[in-house]
Amino acid sequence: MRRSGSGLSWERGLLLACAGLVIVLTVSIIVFISTKGLATFLVNRVSPAEFLLSTEWAPDRPAEQGGPRVGGLPYILGSVAVSVLAVMVATPLGLSGAVFAVEVAPRWGQRVLQPALEMLAGIPSVVYGWMGLTVLVPFVREHAGGLGFSLLAGFLVLSVMVLPTIFTVSADSLRALPPDLKEAAYALGSTRWQTIRRVLLPAARSGIIAGVVLGLARAFGEALAVQMVIGNTRKIPTSLLDPVTTLTSAITMDMPYTVMGSLWNNVLWSMALLLLLMSCGFIVAIKLIARRGVKL
Amino acid sequence: MNARTADRVATALFWLGAILLVALLGGLLGYIVYHGGRHITWDFLTSPPETIRAGGGIGPQLFNSLYLLILSMAITVLIGLPAGIFLAEYARPGLVTEAVRFSIETLSSLPSIVVGLFGLLVFVVLTGWGYSLMAGALALTVINLPLIVRVSEEAIRSVPHDLREGSLALGASQWQTIWKVVMPCAFPGILTGVIIAAGRVFGEAAALLYTAGMSSPRLHFGLWNPAHPSSPLNPFRPAETLAVHIWKVNAEGLIPDLRRVGDGAAAVLVLVVLGFNLGARWLGRRIHRRLTAA
Amino acid sequence: MSRLAAALVLAAALALAVSGCGGGGATQPEEKGKVLKGTITAVGSTAMQPLVERAAHRFMQAHPEVQISVQGGGSGTGLSQVAAGACDIGNSDVFAEEKEGIDASQLVDHKVCVVGMAAVVNPGVTVDNLTRQQLIDIFTGRITNWKEVGGPDVKVVVVNRPKGSGSRATFKKYALGGAEEVQSIEEDSSGAVRRIIRDTPGAIGYLALSYLDGSVKVISLDGVAPTKENIVTGRYPVWAYQHMYTKGQPSGVTKAFIEYMLSAEVQTTLVPEMGYIPVTEMKVERDWKGNVTPR
Repeated sequence: MRRSGSGLSWERGLLLACAGLVIVLTVSIIVFISTKGLATFLVNRVSPAEFLLSTEWAPDRPAEQGGPRVGGLPYILGSVAVSVLAVMVATPLGLSGAVFAVEVAPRWGQRVLQPALEMLAGIPSVVYGWMGLTVLVPFVREHAGGLGFSLLAGFLVLSVMVLPTIFTVSADSLRALPPDLKEAAYALGSTRWQTIRRVLLPAARSGIIAGVVLGLARAFGEALAVQMVIGNTRKIPTSLLDPVTTLTSAITMDMPYTVMGSLWNNVLWSMALLLLLMSCGFIVAIKLIARRGVKL
Repeated sequence: MNARTADRVATALFWLGAILLVALLGGLLGYIVYHGGRHITWDFLTSPPETIRAGGGIGPQLFNSLYLLILSMAITVLIGLPAGIFLAEYARPGLVTEAVRFSIETLSSLPSIVVGLFGLLVFVVLTGWGYSLMAGALALTVINLPLIVRVSEEAIRSVPHDLREGSLALGASQWQTIWKVVMPCAFPGILTGVIIAAGRVFGEAAALLYTAGMSSPRLHFGLWNPAHPSSPLNPFRPAETLAVHIWKVNAEGLIPDLRRVGDGAAAVLVLVVLGFNLGARWLGRRIHRRLTAA
Repeated sequence: MSRLAAALVLAAALALAVSGCGGGGATQPEEKGKVLKGTITAVGSTAMQPLVERAAHRFMQAHPEVQISVQGGGSGTGLSQVAAGACDIGNSDVFAEEKEGIDASQLVDHKVCVVGMAAVVNPGVTVDNLTRQQLIDIFTGRITNWKEVGGPDVKVVVVNRPKGSGSRATFKKYALGGAEEVQSIEEDSSGAVRRIIRDTPGAIGYLALSYLDGSVKVISLDGVAPTKENIVTGRYPVWAYQHMYTKGQPSGVTKAFIEYMLSAEVQTTLVPEMGYIPVTEMKVERDWKGNVTPR
């Protein structure tokens, strides 16, 4: 099919240039964000341990009062808390939806459930935030107590947002299973539920876990929808009704107030770098899961 | 509980879960469209926003969203389509191909706020454009590029082989074959991908806060010279989009009819994205029919 | 045959050509029989944006040859851009001297108006006056229940603006004497702060006077109410200037526009309309260290 000896013709060069541009873009993102994000540690001489583990946050404290402190732990923990809880809520729902669409009622799944989840995925995140703010926050305030702006509101909004991701990846991995697995189980007299639970879900496990990790990545990086409903309090939450803060909401809120190159601004870039590293980490995790397959 | 009862219970639960999911979407969409739909009038869609008084509209924001959509999709397709062709037709297994694939994966997993910050550094500060449509369009390009490359590659790969071989056998060059035979066949699939990407562009906000900016100059519709600073077409003016506007009216909270503007804008946003989504589905179905019935 | 290639090359050339003619920076006005001509870019404080935008619109109507682009981005952004020469005017709601990382010596300050700030509480709190010490104790977390200051038996909920916002800096400096606030809920917007205080029993926060709409209760400080009269005479201390900074002395169009901002036309109509106090009416002056002198 491919003609040999086409060599380096000009058109191939042109296409290669566009493909190369994608590489250049990715490399420059990593380089730029890293340079800015590492300035905190290289220029301002903040120890990475302080940024990652300390809860003291006074980025603008003058030297005579003991100098600035940039402990990012509450932000990191907040991000982890909302995304892990969101995934814990979304996984059972998304997975049962995927099983339904693939095994229980494929026609229904194709006609109704799949399009519905695609639509959910299409709703812009600002709209999720707006709905969270105008509907969910007052609801939480009236029925659960507290301010309404809370960890609870944050992860509920996020869980709806990551549902489609978990659903799609799980459904794809269930569809990819060889049909003889199912047939063998039925031939041995299993019921449908036994087949799903004992055969299909374990066989699709790595794909399902990849879906969950992808959902986690999406939740971790979401900015506006979360910022609008969590209350942005720099405190380690002790209950679901406590307001929290996250890395993304700190960046969104403080960027305009800080001056490029100041320590405070550099720390925000360090948070962005952390988000970048996390998203790379999630990709690597998914690759590892895929490679190790069912042996997890 | 014996196996059969367990099976029935499980089936019932699966149905319940599915109904819950559909109800969730129905409830969300119904609420947004019902609450916001009441406020959508011709006047709301065309008049400029107010800063402290009630009664503002979303005219410039809507225009900005559409203009940004066209700009960014043009740039994305210009880079993404050739890259997709490269991966599908010319790429040999090797370092370059691996690097491109790795880059696409990395790009597609980046949080949009990080892309926005990169845009702030490079497209806003380094280029000296300031907050501008162009900076916003380029940031959106970064977000959508992986999707377009992937979609183009898949669409081109799915073109039947005998078409290619027929063309090559008739003496056409590989380039002519791609251009005259493969691309027309792959076109509908690529278009579907572009429409889905367009929906994402229309609703994106986090990447635009610090690139396209949170303000819109007064636009003089009728001034169509793109070099003029208050021409709506000038790509180097700040441009607040509809999605960013929802965020901003909430953040400023100065207008008394905040709920009206927010609900209305959210409804417009959702309806447009829904339109894109349905359009892509309809297109996909038509292609499917054409390919299977041919 | 190579239409695609031609299109690609053309597009690349276009992109290059267009990018060459982007960018800001004021063009020098040409003195042509007193017709003002040129472009101005103002960047910075989002709180000031509505005012500057409306003034710019009027200015452009009077001088059709002038183009003014007003962008937000926050005070930090405005100050760093104007210091770097990336824009003509940097709008800021704090003194440049108060921002870390700005060399204020090369910037010229033009104070265009004054914004007053008031402590506000949920309407259910029966207190309407607090001493400065009580206010400090509430915001630093030493007083946790309203009954300690003669109010109902309700827990205090502090609502704050983000660290770094001009409002918070002003309130901290002039109402709390620089005391470090307790960890509290932070909202990016005055609108959200107002909503939370309205809906949450025992909530306290602070708002610019322009945000007071009767839905939250205003607190007097040491018996002095946060009114325009008390701010003008310097009796009520919690207020701040809104600044427009230029790099060096402004000239040409930029100078004309800043003069227009300080003219009666803007000061007596737009400024009060936006809920600000005209700088021209102030009977006292304050420098960035907080020293007040009569004007």
